[in-house]
Amino acid sequence: MESVWRFLKSKQGITIIGFLVLVILVVVFYSISPNQTQAVLNSMIRHSTPLILGALCGVMCERSGIINIGIEGHMLLGAFMGYMVNVWTGSLVLAVAASMLTGSLMGLLLAYMSIKLKLDQVIGGTVINILALGLTGYFYTVGLTTSGKIMTFPLGPLADIPLIGPVLFNNGFITYAAIVLVFVLHFFLYRTPWGLRTRAIGEHPEAADTLGINVIRMRYMNVLIGGAIAGLAGGFLTLESVGSFERAMTNGRGFIALAVMIFGNWSPIGAWGAALLFGFATAMQTQLQFMGIDIPHQFVGMLPYVLTIVVVAGLVGRTHPPAAEGKVFEKE
Amino acid sequence: MNQVPVLEVRHVSKQFPGVLANDDINFSLNKGEIHAILGENGAGKSTLLNIIYGLYKADQGEILVDGQPIELSNTQDAIRHGIGMVHQHFMLVPVFTVTENIVLGSEVTRNGMLNMKEARQKVTELSKRFGLEVDPDALIEEIPVGVQQRVEILKALYRDAKILFLDEPTAVLTPQEVGDLFKVIEQLRERGVSIIFISHKLKEVLAISDKITVMRRGKVVGSTTPREANERILAEMMVGRDVILTVDKEPARPAEKVLEVKDLTVFSDQKHKAVDHVSFDIRAGEILGIAGVQGNGQSEFVEALSGLRDAAEGEMILNGQRMPFKHPRALVEHAVSHVPEDRQKHGLVLSYSLIDNMVLCTYYQPPFAKGFNRQNDAMRENAERLIKQFDVRTPNADVKASTLSGGNQQKVIVARELSRPVKLLIVNQPTRGLDVGSIEYIHSQIVKIRDEGAAVLLVSAELDEIMSLSDRISVMYHGELVATMDVKEATREKLGLLMAGVTPD
Repeated sequence: MESVWRFLKSKQGITIIGFLVLVILVVVFYSISPNQTQAVLNSMIRHSTPLILGALCGVMCERSGIINIGIEGHMLLGAFMGYMVNVWTGSLVLAVAASMLTGSLMGLLLAYMSIKLKLDQVIGGTVINILALGLTGYFYTVGLTTSGKIMTFPLGPLADIPLIGPVLFNNGFITYAAIVLVFVLHFFLYRTPWGLRTRAIGEHPEAADTLGINVIRMRYMNVLIGGAIAGLAGGFLTLESVGSFERAMTNGRGFIALAVMIFGNWSPIGAWGAALLFGFATAMQTQLQFMGIDIPHQFVGMLPYVLTIVVVAGLVGRTHPPAAEGKVFEKE
Repeated sequence: MNQVPVLEVRHVSKQFPGVLANDDINFSLNKGEIHAILGENGAGKSTLLNIIYGLYKADQGEILVDGQPIELSNTQDAIRHGIGMVHQHFMLVPVFTVTENIVLGSEVTRNGMLNMKEARQKVTELSKRFGLEVDPDALIEEIPVGVQQRVEILKALYRDAKILFLDEPTAVLTPQEVGDLFKVIEQLRERGVSIIFISHKLKEVLAISDKITVMRRGKVVGSTTPREANERILAEMMVGRDVILTVDKEPARPAEKVLEVKDLTVFSDQKHKAVDHVSFDIRAGEILGIAGVQGNGQSEFVEALSGLRDAAEGEMILNGQRMPFKHPRALVEHAVSHVPEDRQKHGLVLSYSLIDNMVLCTYYQPPFAKGFNRQNDAMRENAERLIKQFDVRTPNADVKASTLSGGNQQKVIVARELSRPVKLLIVNQPTRGLDVGSIEYIHSQIVKIRDEGAAVLLVSAELDEIMSLSDRISVMYHGELVATMDVKEATREKLGLLMAGVTPD
């Protein structure tokens, strides 16, 4: 009994209990009101996708020691460039590539500022956010039309499973990519030499350096890849979800992604769980508004942001950020 | 012996802005030899090692391994030639396991993935072969410093090091751990590893090395062996003049009780009980030394007594008057001086000039202030006088404190703290990282203030310092003062055991 209790109180225990409670709740709600449950879960996945992609960018950067507060900017510019390329060429493949490339370039800018110029990384990220807001606001013209957006693509018989099928296996390409990326990055981070080295340069870059690991090159690489992932998050918004661009359309998602990353304790799978939670909060917000509950909609609309504050404030001091993040690495 | 040296350094020079750190260095290391490089801080020992390890590029000269000249452009090259380094500040990732730290950068893989099982096996094998006991799955942050050092050595051996550099390896160890380290070093030698041992501690160098090379101001000043040398000869070679290794002082004449501490309990930042019901007193005209391995609560102890940290329990009575905790200004005004452990963090404002640093605790008092006005002339006059009096080597009083060397920074602090009336002087690690000349000077100042009738609380991890300065010695272990004795009753062995938590009888 003692040991069972101890397991239940442990980290894995709590995760498992939480997961089971969720599954039971979902099943109960599904049996009461299948349509609404499915709508909420669908919208949860849709809202969580840009968050998890943004958070993965955060994980890539911060694990290697670079604070990226410019995820919002990567996303916004990625969204804009993806949309514009879609308008110009009508090719969704090129559009997705453009949004990733744009994110990557922003990553390069951040890496250059923080590694080469040794600028304070929070300032560097803020520069990117303001740059993205300014550029997209200036170049955006109203009334452009595109030839379409990324369609949902049911995964054969998997999509026919009740509840799970339509929620998980009937999505657009970027949503699938996001879920696959979560597991791929998690695997790479904890099971490959690249991952071990990435975690080492985020914790103690001098140690890695003395063992012949090229800290600077690895940081550039990781921030570039992270930037591409955040760009993809932007692409999701304009190419798969909304289908068009609006000024400042990321609307703080890049910052929520940071909260998601912290809540997930800088691990991809943890961040996914957190992203789903935030996606769920957003989905509930819409659902509550539909249900005509008598709360001013502004309050309901606050839900995801309040959750962000609660999560970040509640977790500060209890999570373990990479020790060297934000610090300039000076090679001897 | 006419064998080819495993490592040879020929005519190596390295210029840094303002200093010639290495000046035409020649040096050779034979197989299976323990070769000590001895020198003061700033003598160029670490620069030389960093050149051989590929961290710096020499301006000229060549380095030969097994008689072949080698090209060194990064540490990877050095590692490939069988050179391994145990850095003074360990290069270990605290949240990684022992195994992860050892294999980092040369991972064991299968199909591109980490193979931690095999890596773990290799580490276990290696630790058995060289007699370096470690738990391969332990997290670095959870193992003692002595074991962390073993991990550093294993890191080098894992990369097939045949030449091992140990940079000040004993600085962080207890006397017992130093003994263990020396056994390990001898075992490594038996297995054909050649070792370069950097130190400025004469006793250790004499105890462990086969050959000793002494450096001073970037030059090799001579080579000798432990058989031919003794401490005095080595010290003279190091500093180039006769130094007083033992502090000259009269027997103490303790007078009235200055400080009385009762049941002091202090918590650390991590909310652990760092100081546990400590009681003691110090009289005017005596030095109480607190010995102990770093991290046994000394920092929190001194912080509480100097007003930097609140105490959970206990009383501090100064000259019969109860003092508040966490009130540094009250202490300053009751003639308590404090030379803190971390001179750059707590002792100085590095970006301030010497003028301002010299008045950090008295700037608001006359003659430095008149109402709201700073009296710049008085401050400058004060700084210039103290610079002269305490022999601070600086171009002028206007330079920032950060531009001075460690020894001169410490002199600035000592000058400031002793420039006002002192009834109680608290000094923590007063000579850490300083050269012999500065150490000698600071020691003499501490004795002088004692003879002038101040009570002195000296906290140091250097046993020699404690033994040569103190009149009474207390040993701190796990936050408690486990024993107090007169200096005449103290021996290194006795203190060493107490510091390691072993109580005699």
